[in-house]
Amino acid sequence: MSDSAATSPSRHLLDVANLTIHHGQLLAVDDISFRLEAGEVLAIIGANGAGKSTLLRTIAGLHTQTSGTITHDGDEISKLRTFRRVRRGISLVPEGRRLFPSLTLEENLQVGAQKAAEGPFNIAAVYDLFAWMRERRRQKVGQLSGGEQQAVAIARALVANPTILMIDEVSLGLAPIVIERIYEFLPSIVAQGISVLLVEQDVSQALAVATRVHCLLEGKTSLTGTPDQLSADAIESAYFGTIHSAATPEASA
Amino acid sequence: MIWLNVIVSGVLLGGFYALFACGLSLMFGVMKIINLAHGDMAVVAGYTAVFLVPKFHLPEVWSFLVVVPIFALLGYVVQRTLLQKSIDRDPFTTLLVTFGLSVVIENLLLEIYTANAQSINIGSLIAKSWQVNNTIYVSYLSLTVLIVSVVVLAALQLFLSKTSTGRQIRAVSDDREAAQLCGTNYRHIFGVASSLAFATVALAGIAFGMYTSLSPTAGGVNLLFAFETVVIGGIGSLWGTLIGGILLGIAQQFGAHFNEQYTVLAGNVLFLLVLAIRPQGLFGKKVVMS
Repeated sequence: MSDSAATSPSRHLLDVANLTIHHGQLLAVDDISFRLEAGEVLAIIGANGAGKSTLLRTIAGLHTQTSGTITHDGDEISKLRTFRRVRRGISLVPEGRRLFPSLTLEENLQVGAQKAAEGPFNIAAVYDLFAWMRERRRQKVGQLSGGEQQAVAIARALVANPTILMIDEVSLGLAPIVIERIYEFLPSIVAQGISVLLVEQDVSQALAVATRVHCLLEGKTSLTGTPDQLSADAIESAYFGTIHSAATPEASA
Repeated sequence: MIWLNVIVSGVLLGGFYALFACGLSLMFGVMKIINLAHGDMAVVAGYTAVFLVPKFHLPEVWSFLVVVPIFALLGYVVQRTLLQKSIDRDPFTTLLVTFGLSVVIENLLLEIYTANAQSINIGSLIAKSWQVNNTIYVSYLSLTVLIVSVVVLAALQLFLSKTSTGRQIRAVSDDREAAQLCGTNYRHIFGVASSLAFATVALAGIAFGMYTSLSPTAGGVNLLFAFETVVIGGIGSLWGTLIGGILLGIAQQFGAHFNEQYTVLAGNVLFLLVLAIRPQGLFGKKVVMS
């Protein structure tokens, strides 16, 4: 039923196998499996309540799965605490930015960089990527606009030099022009060897940047494939569950 | 001139209250827990200075050199073993646990040291004072405690703003989950914050034992004054804690000027007035509930 179902001796950067997650009594994610390879941008799309954010939070270790396994670079990490997963190279930019309001922009980055792995990103490199941050580094993050805060949230995750960057709803609450500016930076991040797991409600934006798409419907995988393999109708049906929702699963398998 | 004397006495007393309260403020600010055993911990620190420190052949006035490190370590251990488990459940459990800890401490002290009052012997320092004019005398001990209080608050402020661990403490205080997503082990950071809080409460307990006599049940009233100080100054503001302590001290001295029995009452009235007019405290930030 999934791409991880086929056994392979090769080590994948991230291997999510048969993951089932509950919120209390409520089933949020139902037996989901997928793999993330190095250099990939995997977009998880789906309507509100499909289980996308829960899936990312569980991979980050903020939520405990009911069953299934998460393997990172060949090691099972399902029981690792969040901070240990971050130190292994799995960073999450959470929904709603979640910056530290009592800290300045630079202090937010310093907290992100405190246990950084070796890699291309440090605070100076981030200032080169987002030039405006250098000038405003001593400002409290609450004084920044929503788009600027989102950029700081991404930068805070980047300075840890992750191998996997998970971004949850990057476009939420932002103006389209701001979203475009943030997405402009994504290729340069991937070019540094970082794989991206992107949760996005804006399907067109996700299709534009993703190398592979995984659609969720009510906690289950409804469609998966590369953007050029998937027709608009197939995505629409998988997204909303309206027409033959299981018609084109595993297109990329 | 009499009122100036009231203010000077209040400021000096306020230094002691601020020293007492900064640990309580730190623990609430970072971990969102109210440590009901805070006052009892201070009393334990005082007893430790009285009974343990002589074994190190140290003058009791230098007892903090032994007691503060012990309490810093104790703070980390108590947080990681006892308090963390209750934080993982809910805030009410933490209240119950610290209340239980308070009861256990009081009874253990009664059992081990009896109800007889003890005090830390600092020799003639207790009676020495600086005569400003005919009516105003500044006790050396009170002045020392005020200076220690300001130094401790300044050092804490510096630590929180300039060090990596300090930044992590502030980050965890802002958003525990987001701090974890930055690779911070928030349990360790809680332990460090608790360690700092216990170290400051040890200093306060020693000061208390020098000022007056220690008894196993003295923790409760000290907790009340520390709590009032934090609320008046504003939770999460270290300098607010100093101002809160000073205002509480002045209010109590003001009440005492009219009648000794009004001492605590005047402080309580100020506490209630601040709660009614500015619930977030004088220097605290307003919290908007969603």
